[in-house]
Amino acid sequence: MSKTITIDGTNIPFEDGQTIMEAATAAGVYIPHLCHHPEYIPHGSCKLCTVKVNGRICSACTFPAMEGQDVLNNTKELTDDRRKITQMLFVEGNHFCPSCEKTGNCQLQAVAYHLNMLDDHFPLFYPNREVDASHADVMIDHNRCIFCTLCVRASQQKDGKNVFAISGRGINRHLIINSESGLLKDTDLDATDQAAHICPTGAILIKRTGYQVPIGERIYDHQEIDQVSLETEHLQHGE
Amino acid sequence: MANKIRVATTSLAGCFGCHMSFLDIDERMLQLAEAVEFDRSPITDIEHCTNCDIGLIEGGVCNSENVHVLREFRKNCKILVAVGACAINGGLPAMRNFIPLEECLNEAYLDGIGVENAQIPSDPELPLLLDKVRPIHEVVKIDYFLPGCPPSADVFWKFLTDLLDGREPSLPYELVHYD
Repeated sequence: MSKTITIDGTNIPFEDGQTIMEAATAAGVYIPHLCHHPEYIPHGSCKLCTVKVNGRICSACTFPAMEGQDVLNNTKELTDDRRKITQMLFVEGNHFCPSCEKTGNCQLQAVAYHLNMLDDHFPLFYPNREVDASHADVMIDHNRCIFCTLCVRASQQKDGKNVFAISGRGINRHLIINSESGLLKDTDLDATDQAAHICPTGAILIKRTGYQVPIGERIYDHQEIDQVSLETEHLQHGE
Repeated sequence: MANKIRVATTSLAGCFGCHMSFLDIDERMLQLAEAVEFDRSPITDIEHCTNCDIGLIEGGVCNSENVHVLREFRKNCKILVAVGACAINGGLPAMRNFIPLEECLNEAYLDGIGVENAQIPSDPELPLLLDKVRPIHEVVKIDYFLPGCPPSADVFWKFLTDLLDGREPSLPYELVHYD
């Protein structure tokens, strides 16, 4: 008899050491997320995977599954909270989808679509951020960075490099590049690195590939992120 | 005629692309015209709106005139709708927000390539530019938002027919796009 938790009233089996997110994904239950990636140590920063565990708010990507947990995931209250969180992510950066080549393939946008986010609600910050196009094959548009640290983790944990880091706190938080000049061209980042491909938004882009797939035929143009996420992350788990 | 729903539309700091997309409802416009009459709108050339049911606002707020028009719409429309990316987050015009206004004007009217008779326009009839382009929900209360650049004709149709039929407007996944 395997151990179980309940998510929205359904019994979900788990193994010791699994997080709520891992148990949910394995059972085909989608919990919205941006900074979580099944191949990397969880970071728990985007807060989109906020769930209620026995009445308390927790991040599903970092919280261990334990016997006796009654988890709420797909409720109106949590969806409203997650929509507000997503709106905050939008207003804190500069996310102009019509002029972003990631549009349609962007997880931030797809989560917003999934949550039926139709407006930004909050006043926009319009922060003044830089674009680093110095590297021959990869560019960084800091306007679109949501500080999920996936590039930081991918560079360290997969690529065996240390190209990225997050510096500063609160509103002054920003992505920094590990080179003396602070420019991407002076790092050992390669276009084939995991770190160059893992960005959930349009902050890190491979040059000269942006419009290979036309707008309207991209991943999330016709498929919701819950389906896409479960399909791809199921596969990664099965490996 | 007396019981028709009154609709006003305008484009603030927009490109009229949303209006063009609205016209893409094509022959459904005839069906709409049976239930709706247009008040102030580029479609009618009526200059000021009075007692409207629905106001559709394209574009963000980039100058003093935009603010006045937006407030007139809010005062005269029971339901005010932000239409398109620019109305919702400033959109393309808001990309000037990262360049000081003086630099923008200098580049356009003084230092730009091919500028003749260089001078910054200062006719008193011209509305003054705001230092930043803002989305319209920062200026007045907005009741509904139709995202898209532009929102497709089907978005307009779904939204307006929902309202006309007395339903709470909602957009299915396929109709929600920011691009």
